[in-house]
Amino acid sequence: MSIFYFIAFLSILFAVLVISAKNPVHSILYLILTFFTFTIQYILLNAQFLAIVNFIVYMGAILVLFLYTLMLINLNKDAEPVKSNMLKIAGVLGGGCFLVVIIASLKALGVSQPVVLQNPGLGLVKNLGKVLFNEFLLPFEVSSLLLLSAMVGAVLLATRDKKTTV
Amino acid sequence: MNSFFDAVKTVPLNHYIILSAVIFAIGVMGVLIRRNAIIIFMSVELMLNAVNLLLTAFSVYHGDPNGQVFVFFIMALAAAEVAVGLAIIVMIYRNTNSVDINVLNRLKW
Repeated sequence: MSIFYFIAFLSILFAVLVISAKNPVHSILYLILTFFTFTIQYILLNAQFLAIVNFIVYMGAILVLFLYTLMLINLNKDAEPVKSNMLKIAGVLGGGCFLVVIIASLKALGVSQPVVLQNPGLGLVKNLGKVLFNEFLLPFEVSSLLLLSAMVGAVLLATRDKKTTV
Repeated sequence: MNSFFDAVKTVPLNHYIILSAVIFAIGVMGVLIRRNAIIIFMSVELMLNAVNLLLTAFSVYHGDPNGQVFVFFIMALAAAEVAVGLAIIVMIYRNTNSVDINVLNRLKW
């Protein structure tokens, strides 16, 4: 029980550090740590397939992509201009109001049941693969099309136009 | 190993919802208070992950594998979104020499 609260505390701490770090590279490194704590949460829920996918896709692929982009556009020479304090306070108040509304509605719901894993094999690759390739076969194939078009789009957007640039 | 999974069996569902709501709210604040387009993008990723965690917790709570399949699809979608979004940010940087979102006000009415 205490493992959950410790990991939850760590993810909140690192998430706050992500949005408050001055240097974008530090921000990305904190985001990697946040995603690592999420992976631990998936393992605690015995969702082993999602834990591995989260580890490989998010921490391995997406955040490395972020780091490479940051390296390509080299932000170090001009620091990010800070927003005025008024706007920052308004932003934090807006997020805080959202949080208060959700937590208040949860309080109105009352005490909930504990999360109990009834079927220990629920999140294993074997079980999820059966669901994925029976009920969700068409969405699975369509998502491959989505990834292909995203790849083509990314290459097309990021390629320099030869006619306009010398 | 079994005692390890017993460790989470006493966590109420509400605490998972609260954790996800806190992370989501931090993501919302990050979008609102930062001006660097890349960090705004990272805050969006944070929000997506909060939702993923909550979907997984609900899936385990109801013993229904469909929720975890949905998380898998969301991750595939996020990968595509990040690739296109970062390409757009690189493009913006080439055209304006900055990733400050306040420069991008030409669509402002």
